[in-house]
Amino acid sequence: MDQAAATPVRSQNLFDTVWDQHTVGRLQSGQTQLFIGQHLIHEVTSPQAFEMLRDRGLGVMYPERTLATVDHIVPTDDQARPFADGLAEEMMTAIERNCREFGIELLGLDDSRQGIVHVVGPELGLTQPGITLVCGDSHTSTHGAFGAIALGIGTSQVAQVLATGTLAMNRPAVRRIEVHGSLAAGVFAKDVILMIIRELGVQGGVGYAYEYAGSVFDAMNMEERMTVCNMSIEGGARCGYVNPDATTIEYLRGRPAVPSGDEFERAAAWWLSLASGPDAGFDDHVVIDGSAIEPTVTWGINPGQSVGVGETLPAPEECSAEEQAGVAEALEFMGLEAGQPIRGQSIDVAFIGSCTNSRLSDLREAAAIASGRHVADGVKALVVPGSQQVAQEAEALGLDRVFSEAGFEWRAAGCSMCLAMNPDKLQGREMCASSSNRNFKGRQGSPTGRTLLMSPAMVAAAAVTGQVTDVRDLAPVAN
Amino acid sequence: MSNRQVTRISGTAIPLLLDDIDTDRIIPARYLRCVTFDGLGEHAFEDDRQQDPGHPFNNDRFAGAGVLVAGRNFGCGSSREHAPQALMRWGLRAIVAESFGEIFFGNCTGLGIPAMTLERDRLESLGADVGADPTIEVTVDLEAGTLAWGEETAEAGMPESARTALVSGEWDFLSQLLANGDAIRETAGVIPYINGFGSE
Repeated sequence: MDQAAATPVRSQNLFDTVWDQHTVGRLQSGQTQLFIGQHLIHEVTSPQAFEMLRDRGLGVMYPERTLATVDHIVPTDDQARPFADGLAEEMMTAIERNCREFGIELLGLDDSRQGIVHVVGPELGLTQPGITLVCGDSHTSTHGAFGAIALGIGTSQVAQVLATGTLAMNRPAVRRIEVHGSLAAGVFAKDVILMIIRELGVQGGVGYAYEYAGSVFDAMNMEERMTVCNMSIEGGARCGYVNPDATTIEYLRGRPAVPSGDEFERAAAWWLSLASGPDAGFDDHVVIDGSAIEPTVTWGINPGQSVGVGETLPAPEECSAEEQAGVAEALEFMGLEAGQPIRGQSIDVAFIGSCTNSRLSDLREAAAIASGRHVADGVKALVVPGSQQVAQEAEALGLDRVFSEAGFEWRAAGCSMCLAMNPDKLQGREMCASSSNRNFKGRQGSPTGRTLLMSPAMVAAAAVTGQVTDVRDLAPVAN
Repeated sequence: MSNRQVTRISGTAIPLLLDDIDTDRIIPARYLRCVTFDGLGEHAFEDDRQQDPGHPFNNDRFAGAGVLVAGRNFGCGSSREHAPQALMRWGLRAIVAESFGEIFFGNCTGLGIPAMTLERDRLESLGADVGADPTIEVTVDLEAGTLAWGEETAEAGMPESARTALVSGEWDFLSQLLANGDAIRETAGVIPYINGFGSE
């Protein structure tokens, strides 16, 4: 084997340090063979991978570094087996059998640790700084919030990681995105990433890993950092990360998969040592003023087509030549008019959930708006916690009652209406205010259904008013 | 185990010159409720086809095409390998576009499907030409780094690692990764979190 890829000449950023540490060698193609420290799998992108192993008579090299859960296909109301959907039942049976036969732990529906894979990994403390983590799911970028290299992969690659604990990858360039200042009240992590994607474009990150830094990220809790890293892929980036700091360390302390005692202290020292230093080099550098970010709402069919809640929709002719066709296509599909304000746009459905925004802090922010109000007539509103553990914590705080009393349906953990692989789907041309990550045509289950992406608090505001509303216009209701 | 060497692909082409086509559009999520990739081909672009009777994938003139001509950021979004699997099973053997989503690109390479980039103006003339005459034969040449049709030849780009893998027939990485078992264990052996973070 050739010697490993040369390290770029610059003071190392976190990405380079972690990449080098995990480099096994260089393949004939010139790609790096990268060791993978944690593999997360789920029911949708793994069955064919296990078949590939069977076809070649291979086992799983690191079953103890592999964890399975179920999220995409699980119903969030009636979870009795067998599922009403025979195809979903077949997939569920397949992952149960595959995990049993290959010796992989599965967090099934009867396990209180089950939930959306990108909620569960951090919650259990499996996601740690300095690791490489992969999952057959593009939103694996979420785990970068801890200072990990976290990559979404395809099914053939899932098989490769199962069989070898490694992956063939080209080293991406690293772009540092600094967001300075502080966020205004009513502006959340979701607005930050929607703004970054709006600025840099849905393709702007191709070829890059994004390092997020600056005072806005320093001030964020881990759940907020996860929201931003989650949508790195929507900006085209291969992954995104935040350097580990005291916030990271305190989040990890005491979690089940995190060491304790002296070992924790050694771990924490190593984690902090990985952070990009002040003289670290980057391939590109972007600076954004965080104080200027508004609550942001997408109006189109990709996550870069967004406006601040106070703005109006663009006309194709106002856009750059390369955007014009896409803007025209999006306005037509969405049934929206150039020049109309996004505020006041009526909605039919409100969805709070998904790997982007289904954690406890998301639910608290939404509940603060829902509390003392009621879902508008004609609006169907769902709250879907990201994991059974999030559900329990929320219930202990009484958030389930706040939502139920406000007319929201309180559901069981899963991917739900983010992606249309389970019974939670839009119908016909419904317009959905959604805390999820993709507004692609048909994404929420109706080929003609429409999605407006926004923060969970903004979704709650839309739910109770029946239209896109600036969350800052809704004062808390005293109970 | 080596695979087929992918050096040159010839066939007719189908133009779909839209930008930011995500993998949900290539294969709607409901078809991911499956445990094999069989049968995905007929559902490629299903929702788009239903909403647009004039969609190229509905047009018999392009039946049997082997090369897809797409726009910018083709295959962005979800990592689902079902997307290139569906296109492959529909009959496509190569894709040319202005640019690609990266996970989709990697999935294509791993299936032996070359995904090459072309300058926008060349893509548009290619799209216009095959739109006017779908019988035109298009040839993707990985070794020369070109795409040729009729009297035209354009430079077609691809990252060197993917090109090398396809041309040499080493695009199924599993065997190559498996061959380095000792090096894998050696690398893992010095990673702090695998070793109690430096305990003695």
